[in-house]
Amino acid sequence: MSLLTHVNYFAVVLLMVAGLYIVFSSGNLVRRMIGLALFQTSTGLFYISLAKVAGGTAPIRVEPDSETARELSSRVDPGYAAQYAIDGVVYSNPLPHVLILTAIVVGVATLAVGLAIAARVREAYGTLDAGEIADADRKAGRGPVP
Amino acid sequence: MTVLSAPLISLIVDVALLAMLLVIAVSIAVTRSLLASILLMSVYSLIVAVWFVVLDAPDVAFTEAVVGAGVSTIVLLGATLLARAETEKRNWRNIIVPLLVALGTGAILLYAVTGLPEFGDAASPANQHVGRGYLETTPEEIGVPNVVTAVLASYRGFDTLGETVVIFAAGIGVALMLGFGERSLAGREPVISPRNGNHHVVLRVVAKLLIPLIALFAFYVQFHGDLGAGGGFQAGVILAVAVVLHALVFGLRDTMAAVKPGFARGVAALGVLLYAGVGVVCIINGGDFLDYDRLFTPDIEAQIPDWILPSDKPHHWGQHFGILLVELGVLLTVAATMVTIFYGFAGRLTDDPQESGT
Amino acid sequence: MISFETLYAAPPDLLRHAPVLLVAGPLIGACAAALAPSSRWAWMISVGATIFALWMALGVIGEVARKGVLDYYLGGFAPPAGIAFRIDGLGATMALLIAFMGAAVSLYSGHSLRAEVRHEKQTLFQSGFLLCQAGMLGLVSTGDAFNAFVFLEISSIGTYALVALGSRRDRRALPAAFTYLVMGTIGATFFVIGVGFLYAATGTLNMEDLALRLTPLSESRVVQAGFAFIFVGLGLKAAMFPLHGWLPGAYTFAPTAIAAFLSATATKAAIYLMARFAFTVFESDDAFVQGFLFWALAPLAAVAAIVCSLQAAFEKDVRRILAFSSVAQAGYILLGLAVGTVLGVSAGLLHLLAHALMKGALFMAVGAATLAVNARTLTDFAGAGRDAPWTMAAFTMAAASLMGMPLTLGFLSKWRLIEAALAQNQVWIVAVIAVSSLLALVYVSRMFEAVFLRAPAQGAPRVKEAPVGVLVPLLILAGLSIWLGIDASLPEALADAGARALFGVSP
Repeated sequence: MSLLTHVNYFAVVLLMVAGLYIVFSSGNLVRRMIGLALFQTSTGLFYISLAKVAGGTAPIRVEPDSETARELSSRVDPGYAAQYAIDGVVYSNPLPHVLILTAIVVGVATLAVGLAIAARVREAYGTLDAGEIADADRKAGRGPVP
Repeated sequence: MTVLSAPLISLIVDVALLAMLLVIAVSIAVTRSLLASILLMSVYSLIVAVWFVVLDAPDVAFTEAVVGAGVSTIVLLGATLLARAETEKRNWRNIIVPLLVALGTGAILLYAVTGLPEFGDAASPANQHVGRGYLETTPEEIGVPNVVTAVLASYRGFDTLGETVVIFAAGIGVALMLGFGERSLAGREPVISPRNGNHHVVLRVVAKLLIPLIALFAFYVQFHGDLGAGGGFQAGVILAVAVVLHALVFGLRDTMAAVKPGFARGVAALGVLLYAGVGVVCIINGGDFLDYDRLFTPDIEAQIPDWILPSDKPHHWGQHFGILLVELGVLLTVAATMVTIFYGFAGRLTDDPQESGT
Repeated sequence: MISFETLYAAPPDLLRHAPVLLVAGPLIGACAAALAPSSRWAWMISVGATIFALWMALGVIGEVARKGVLDYYLGGFAPPAGIAFRIDGLGATMALLIAFMGAAVSLYSGHSLRAEVRHEKQTLFQSGFLLCQAGMLGLVSTGDAFNAFVFLEISSIGTYALVALGSRRDRRALPAAFTYLVMGTIGATFFVIGVGFLYAATGTLNMEDLALRLTPLSESRVVQAGFAFIFVGLGLKAAMFPLHGWLPGAYTFAPTAIAAFLSATATKAAIYLMARFAFTVFESDDAFVQGFLFWALAPLAAVAAIVCSLQAAFEKDVRRILAFSSVAQAGYILLGLAVGTVLGVSAGLLHLLAHALMKGALFMAVGAATLAVNARTLTDFAGAGRDAPWTMAAFTMAAASLMGMPLTLGFLSKWRLIEAALAQNQVWIVAVIAVSSLLALVYVSRMFEAVFLRAPAQGAPRVKEAPVGVLVPLLILAGLSIWLGIDASLPEALADAGARALFGVSP
C-alpha cells in the first residue's frame, strides 16, 4: 500500500465526497441532480479502476498470431505474460465494464426523471429552491391545494 | 511495484486526468451559477470518457461520451431553460451538515480502499475469477471478438434486458411528468422553431447532409459492436441525436410531424418486447430464457443449406443472431426513449411568455 | 399445516419457467399497456398481467415446497458466469406477497385512478405500475448481487414519476417525489459501491458464490465496508430509521393506489434484500454481522418503533398517520431480524406479511372513501362510519390488526415477536413492543373517534361509499387481516419457510 498504488482509489473517494456534498448542500433541485450524477459517475471510476490490469489492453480478443497480437505481446515482459496473458495478450477485465455500462444507463434514466420532476416543481411553485418550496407549503397550511 | 511495469506515460496521464476531475468537482461544488455547473458537468463527463479509454474501457468511454457529455447535458440544459437560469442562495447551515455527512462517508471509503489490491494488479480476485473466465471462454462459447459485447448481450444479457427496461421506465416517467410535447402541437409556438434564430440556407443544407450521415454512423456503431467498441445503446443515442438536430434546425413541429410522439412511444415499447420476445422464443424452443443457442431448433437448422451453415464446423449462429436481435431491441428502445424525453422537455418550452415556466 | 402443493395448478412445462415468467409477465404487460389504445384497455392489461404473475407465483411456491430451492439459469449459463435466479422459501413468500398485492391494487386502481389521476396519464400509469411490480418480483427472485441493483432501479425509476403525479394533482407530491428520487438514488448508489467492494474482494457477483468466498474474508476491511454500504443503501430504500425522511411525504401525496402498493411491498422488498445479505451472503453467526444486528439494527429499529409511532399519534392528516406508522411497523420487522434466530426472523416475516395486508387495506380504504371528495385530515373523515359503512368496516378490520387487537394477524405477529425475544432473553424488546403498541392504540383510536363518533361539520363535503369494484379488493385484504389471524396456518407456514431458508435449516 502506498499513495502511488492506490492513487486512483483515493481520487475516486474524493470525487464521491464532492458529489455527496453537492447533493446535500444545494438548495437548487437541478444542482442536486448534478451532484447525484457526479456521485454516480465516480462509482463508475471505482469499478473501472478495479478492472485495469497492468500492461493490459482493451478486452477485445485479437486473432492469435496476428500482427496486432505480436505487437501487443511484445509490450509486456514474458514472465508476466506467461502468468496472465491469454494467447499471448494481456487483457483488462471486461466484467466491471459491462456493469458500469448498465450503471451509466441507470444514471441517465434517473437524471431524466429527476429533472422532469424538477421542471414540474418549478411550474407549480415558481422556484427551484428547496427552502422556498418548503416555505410555500408552510404558508399554504395543511389545507388542500387545488 | 506492478504499477510501474505499465508504461509510465499512461500512469502520468491517469493521474493528470484525475487531478482535472478533482478540480472540476470542486469548482461545481463552489460555483453558484447553475449554467456554469451544467457546463462543468459536461466537461467532467468528457474527461471521464477519456480516462476510461486510458483504462482500457473503450465501450464504457463511448457510452459515457454520448450519455454523460451528450444526453445529460441536453436534458440538464432543457430543464434549466424551463426553470430559467438561477443562482443559488446559500447559508452556513447548508454547508456544515452536508460536509460532515460527505466527509463521514469519505472516511469509511478511505478506510476500505486502503485494503484493496494495488491498482493494476493482475492477480487480484476481481481480475482473476469470473472476469478472466469470460476472456477465456468467449471465443468458443459466443464467438465474438469483443468480450464486453459477449458479456453484455449474452452472459449477462438479462442485466441488459433490465437496463433496457430502465430506459423505457425513464421514458414513461418523463412522459408522465411532461407529456409528449402536446403543448407545442396545440397551437402554441415552441421555442425550438425556425422563427427563433437566423436559420439560413447554409445551416439547413448542412443539416440535411448531416442527418443521414449521423443515422448511417449510428448503424455502423450498432453493427460494429461485435468487433469493437459500440452497440445498441450508443447507436440508439446517436440515432436520437439525428432527430434532435432535425428539430433544432427545422423546428420542433416539423420534427414531430415526421417522427410522431405516439410512434416514438410505440417503438420504445416494441424494443423491450423484441428483447423479451427473444427470451420467450428461446423458452418455446426448449431452452432457458435468453438462451440464444436455442434460437434455431434442430429442425430449422436442418433446413439451412450447407453452404450457409456448414454442419460439421463449430458455429455460433444462435449466439450471433440472438445478440443481433437484442441489440436491435436496445437500439429501438433507447433511440425512441431519447426522442420521447427530448419531446417532453422541448414541448414544454413554448414561445408564449405566459405559458413557459408557469 | 397447509400444503403448498394444493395452492396452484399449472402445466409442468410452464412451471419449469415460472421463475422467469413471473418477472417477464408484468414486464411484457407494461409494454403492452404503453401501447394500449385507451386507459380502459391499459387497466385490463394490468389486471391480466398481475393475475398472470400471481398464478406464476403460486406455481413457484408449489415448486419450492416440493424441491426446496429453484435454480434458473438465464441465458443457459451456469453461475457465476451467468445470471441465475435462485428462489427459496423466503423468495417465494415475497414473490407471492408482491404478486398478490399487485393484483389487488391493480383491481382497485380501475376506479381510484379516475378520481385521482388525469385521464390521459392513466395508460402510462398502468405501464409504470407494472414495471414497478416486475422490478420487485425480479429483486426477490435473483441470485445475483448486481442484477438485484438493476431490478431495484426498475422498480424505482417509474415509481418516482407515479408518486409525483400526486393524488388529485396535489402539487406537494412533486417535491416529495423529488426527495424520494434523490434518497432512493443515493441508496441504490451506496448499494452499488458495496457490491463493488464485495466484488473487489471475491471476483464474483453471484450470491451463493459470494457466500462461499466471503467466509474466510470476514476480517477484511474491504468486505466490512462493503457490508456497511449495502446496509445503508438498502436502509435508505427501506426507509429504516433515521433514513426514512423521504417516506411520509411520498406516501401522503402519492395516488392512493401507489401508496397502498408501495407501503405493502417496496420497503419490504428492500428489507428482504437486507435479510438476504445478512443471513445468506454473509454468515449469520459471523461476529461482524452479529455485532451489526445487535448494536446497529436492533437499537435503530426500536427507536423507529417508538419515535415514529409517537409522530403518528400527533399527526392530523390521515395518510401521514399511516405513513409514519409504516416506518414504526418496519421497526418491528427489523427487530425480528435483529433477534437473529429462526424464531425471530420468522416472527419478523410474519409481521411483514401482516403489515403488508393491513397497510395496503388502510391506504385503499382511505382512497376509497375519498373517491368522491378530497378528504385528508381527521376532521374531513368525521362521520365517515355512517356515510360509507362498507369502506369503513374494512378500514376498521385493518386498523384493528394495526393496533394488534387479539384475533387479528397483527396481534399474532407481535405475539410471535415477543416469544422470540423472550427465547433470547431480550426483555427490552418486549418493553419496546409494549410502548409502541400503546402508541399505536392512541393513533388508531384517534382515527376511530373521527370516523365513528365525531359528527361531520355543517355543510362540509361528505364521504361517500365506494363502488363495488373498489370494495372487493379492499374487503379481501381487510378480511384476510382478520381471517389469517384466526387461522394462521398459511402465513405462519410461509414465514417459517422463509426463515428456515435464510438459515439453511430444513423443516
